[in-house]
Formats: sequence, C-alpha cells, structure tokens
Amino acid sequence: MTSGLTVGDVVTTKTIHLDRGALVRYAGASGDFNPIHYRDDFAQSVGLPGVLAHGMLTMGLAIQPVLEFLETKGRVIDYGVRFTRPVLVDATNGADVTVETKVGSVMDDAVRFDLTVTFGGETVLGKAQVQVVFD
Amino acid sequence: MSVNAELVGREFPPVGPYLVGREKVREFARAVFATNPIYLDATAARAAGHADVVAPPTFPVVVQELTLAQLLAEPDANIDFSRVVHGDQRFTYSRPVVAGDELTATLSVTSVKTLGGHSMVTSESVMTDATGDHVVTAISTLVVRGDEQP
Repeated sequence: MTSGLTVGDVVTTKTIHLDRGALVRYAGASGDFNPIHYRDDFAQSVGLPGVLAHGMLTMGLAIQPVLEFLETKGRVIDYGVRFTRPVLVDATNGADVTVETKVGSVMDDAVRFDLTVTFGGETVLGKAQVQVVFD
Repeated sequence: MSVNAELVGREFPPVGPYLVGREKVREFARAVFATNPIYLDATAARAAGHADVVAPPTFPVVVQELTLAQLLAEPDANIDFSRVVHGDQRFTYSRPVVAGDELTATLSVTSVKTLGGHSMVTSESVMTDATGDHVVTAISTLVVRGDEQP
C-alpha cells in the first residue's frame, strides 16, 4: 500500500495548551516525579527560570497530530527527537506548543514525517522524525 | 568528575516482566493529549486489529525509566542525577505495545562521550514480550553537566 503523500506536504498543524495540571497529570502517568516539573522554588534552586514541561511530555504530545491524521493506517517503526530547548510552563498562563507535521520523505511503502515543534516562536525539539510503514 | 567511560558495553540484569495495564495505557494516552481512539478505547483498538488499547509510541519510556534507574544507581558510574539532562530519545519498534503485553527490558550502555566538560551517556533498553520476541528498543542519551559549567 502506498501513502498517497508527497514530500513537502504539511499534513497537520496543531497547538496544544499546557498548564501546570497537564504536567502533574504527565508526572503521574509516566512516573517521572522530578520536582522541576511542578515546583518553581525547586526549579529555581537548580538554576532554572521556573517549572519546565517534561521533555518526554513534549515528545509524547508532538506525535499525536500525525497519529490522528493516520487514523488506523500505517505503523510507526521509529520515532526520535533531540531536546534542544525547554518549555517553560507559566503558573498562570501555561504554555502553547505548536506542532507542524510535514512529509519529509516518501519511499515505496514508507513515509518519514518531520515535526517542527515550537514554543514562543522557538524550536524546542530538533530532528523530530517519525518513520511510518504502510503494510 | 566525568562519567566512567568503562561503562560502555555494560549490560544490566533484565527488568520485569512489566505488565502493560489497560487503564495505565489510557491514563498515559490522556496525559500526552492522544486523540486517536485506538489509544483510548479498546473497542476502537480491536476494530483496527489490535488485541486491546494500543500504548502511545512514547509509552515505553515508563519501562525505560526502570532500567535507567539501574544505571544511575551503579556505584562506579559517577553520574550525578541532579546534573542530568535528557539530550536525545528514540524508539525503534517491531510492533506497537498493547495492553496485556508483558515486557522485559534489558539495558546496555552503548557510548560514553565527553565534550566541553559535559558527559553524554547513550544507552539502549531492549524490550521483549512474553514469547521473547522484540517489541521496541528505547535509545536515550543523557547529558551530565560538568562541574565547571553553569
């Protein structure tokens, strides 16, 4: 089966709003209870400006738009990212993370999706790529 | 003190089996803003040909963390957890994880590099199912900030 996709196609663009509750929910779901993800005083004591989203939360949410787009088609065989900048989650205003999903390459039954993940106009994940095969 | 380069090639005892629970998968799926119903609804997952709810692609991090705890606790590793930052993460899958899987994970250290006072430790957590078949490998690079850096 082929995907019918063309290199350069932007298949989805989505903004996800994170608040402190989202970080607490992810902490519980993942088991990562590092206090830099829910306590400003602790974050500041280790030299950070404030509470940060878990990198793995950003990675975890960044792939969701393409999974929604794929519905029940295709199978993810590889997903990798580099954590380049932290996502600071303000106690009052939270943080908006925007994910743009573009077709990076198409080969027979395999497609690479390239994710551009930004917060405050800056990229927070580098080389964020999802490989999907259409069996 | 930099990370012990002799860690390269070291393999840790297998962790698990970790039983992937349906409600844990759904909790994780909600926490990562999953919208595709195969991650949230067993009926939708079965209709798509899966045995039960499908775990989101980053779910194996839950099991990877259990194996990384072994590395961080290794007495001769010289890894100060308060200086650890997650640098890179990657997953390579033979098939998706689904609720009901029993995963056994084995961690090995594949590289230790020192660059500008920082150490970078790359490890692979290889996860197999109850029949011994490969499911997913989680590859992680931890950056351990050096003493002199801010």
